Amino acid sequence: MSTSTIDPTPAAEIATSRNNPVIRRERREKRLRIVLPIAAIAIALALWEFLVWYNEVPHYLIPAPSLIAKTLVTDWASLMQSAVFTVKLTLMSLGLAIVGGVLLGMLFALSRPIEMSLFPFAVIMQVTPIVAIAPLILIYVSNTFVALLICAWIVAFFPILSNTAIGLRSADHNLRDLFSLYRATPLQRLRYLLVPSALPYFMAALKIAGGLALIGAVVAEFVAGTAGQNTGLASRILESSFRNEIPRMFAALFLVSLLGVVIFLFTSWLSRAVLGHWHESEIKREG
Amino acid sequence: MTKLPFHGDQAELISMRDVDKVFGNGTVAVRDMSLSINQGEFVSFLGPSGCGKSTALKMISGLLSVSKGSITVNGHPAGAGGDGDDIGYVFQEATLMPWANVFENVYLPLKLRGLKKAQARERVENVLSMVGLMNFAKSYPRELSGGMRMRVSIARAMVTKPKLLLMDEPFAALDEMTRTKLNDEVLSLWKTHGLSVIFVTHSVFESVYLSSRVVVMAARPGRVVHDIPLTSGYPRNAAYRMSPEYAESCKTVSSALEGTLDNVDLNH
Ligand SMILES: Nc1ncnc2c1ncn2[C@@H]1O[C@H](COP(=O)(O)OP(=O)(O)OP(=O)(O)O)[C@@H](O)[C@H]1O
Ligand SMILES: [Mg+2]
Repeated sequence: MSTSTIDPTPAAEIATSRNNPVIRRERREKRLRIVLPIAAIAIALALWEFLVWYNEVPHYLIPAPSLIAKTLVTDWASLMQSAVFTVKLTLMSLGLAIVGGVLLGMLFALSRPIEMSLFPFAVIMQVTPIVAIAPLILIYVSNTFVALLICAWIVAFFPILSNTAIGLRSADHNLRDLFSLYRATPLQRLRYLLVPSALPYFMAALKIAGGLALIGAVVAEFVAGTAGQNTGLASRILESSFRNEIPRMFAALFLVSLLGVVIFLFTSWLSRAVLGHWHESEIKREG
Repeated sequence: MTKLPFHGDQAELISMRDVDKVFGNGTVAVRDMSLSINQGEFVSFLGPSGCGKSTALKMISGLLSVSKGSITVNGHPAGAGGDGDDIGYVFQEATLMPWANVFENVYLPLKLRGLKKAQARERVENVLSMVGLMNFAKSYPRELSGGMRMRVSIARAMVTKPKLLLMDEPFAALDEMTRTKLNDEVLSLWKTHGLSVIFVTHSVFESVYLSSRVVVMAARPGRVVHDIPLTSGYPRNAAYRMSPEYAESCKTVSSALEGTLDNVDLNH
């Protein structure tokens, strides 16, 4: 058959020279994407430092960034210990939310009746503010860490559950027909069709749940705060507030934000790594 | 290529008897459809939008059940054929998996059948070069043009070496040039592989160019109103498009099709 006549040149043969303006523009954009945020933050910090110094704001109201940095160094040991605790809490609750959300989401996608009967519980869990349930959980569960874990898990769980369930149902109906035509087994259908179709939804949920897990961990610890023995970053913030150690409060706050940013960057990177080669949400458009 | 398939020269492949299809919402998509298709035929289903062409195709492939009547394919009830009763199905859209590259997409039917990649490689590469996409095995669907995607879809339908190829308006969204090229490719596949093809289309010209028989359907309820054999021989090519018999056939099919529109309320 003489069919190959209408093929254009394969992409690989297109020049990739150093002087290609498109490639140069792309490189510059890549650099800017790193440089600009860093520069903006540096300028904001400098401005903060300057304003505090210029207006002679007392450090128990607003500490200068330099003082916060100093506090970070002097209180490094206790702050780190707390940070490790919060990280552990966040990651464990996120992990459990993923396991629980994905398993239940699959169950929902498999059976409408199960979804219809269990979904209200999931919604109730989601809409009830965690601060309102946390005290109860702390009463019922004697181990504080486990209680905190449950609180953070409740917050992070819902987006994973609902997105997994929707994602598994979102497979293209013609592709479903194709799998039926070739008599795919239920397992093949799940593996080769439903899971890849659900992946973009799951990744979107993961980005949200990562942040929510941290919020859940911090909020729950605030509620538990007076119980004493827990040693997360939220406790450091509370404790500093009681003692009026504002720079230390800012230092702990800084670590919480840093943790949130790291989680965000990681989940974004993961999403790009997993979906980058095919899904609209992560493909960089040309032109 | 010694023996050209002509309609009616072989055993019956598909038999539809008094088939009705009523959807859950009460729509009668097909009413009393009876049709017999022999091995080696190239049959076009032609008719206005909504007359049940896709529905008929899905019932023949077993993707949809019939509400009344019976369909057999190669002697088995539709959808229940044994090994070797493969059906290739080309959907109106290319229907590729966006997360998989061209090779993986074409390999899918064999993968679902449990063939390892190494065992399947040769067959996949064969069908890919057949549709002229050997150089694009590693490309993703989004990197291909509409016509190339359609060809991937055709390659996937051919990879199981089916005896029956069902195509649902495969080229509706393509430009005239690409469409003409792909038409010739389909004819060539049909000829070299001894396929039977059912080809759904809106285009009178396409149906006359390709098929050995045109089944004209009417809507509300969907049914067969004309069954027109086209006796012009193969191979068909650009010269055939210029010939008086082509023009004559187009006229016949057109007027048959116009008849179906008389009793359709387009505002409905
Ligand atoms: N899943 C469905 N549920 C209810 N009605 C349906 C369904 N699928 C198709 N129909 C109806 O059945 C009729 C025939 O539909 P079908 O898709 O077979 O038409 P068609 O001839 O392929 O049209 P087109 O040329 O526009 O693709 C239409 O009236 C349509 O509304
Ligand atoms: Mg259709």
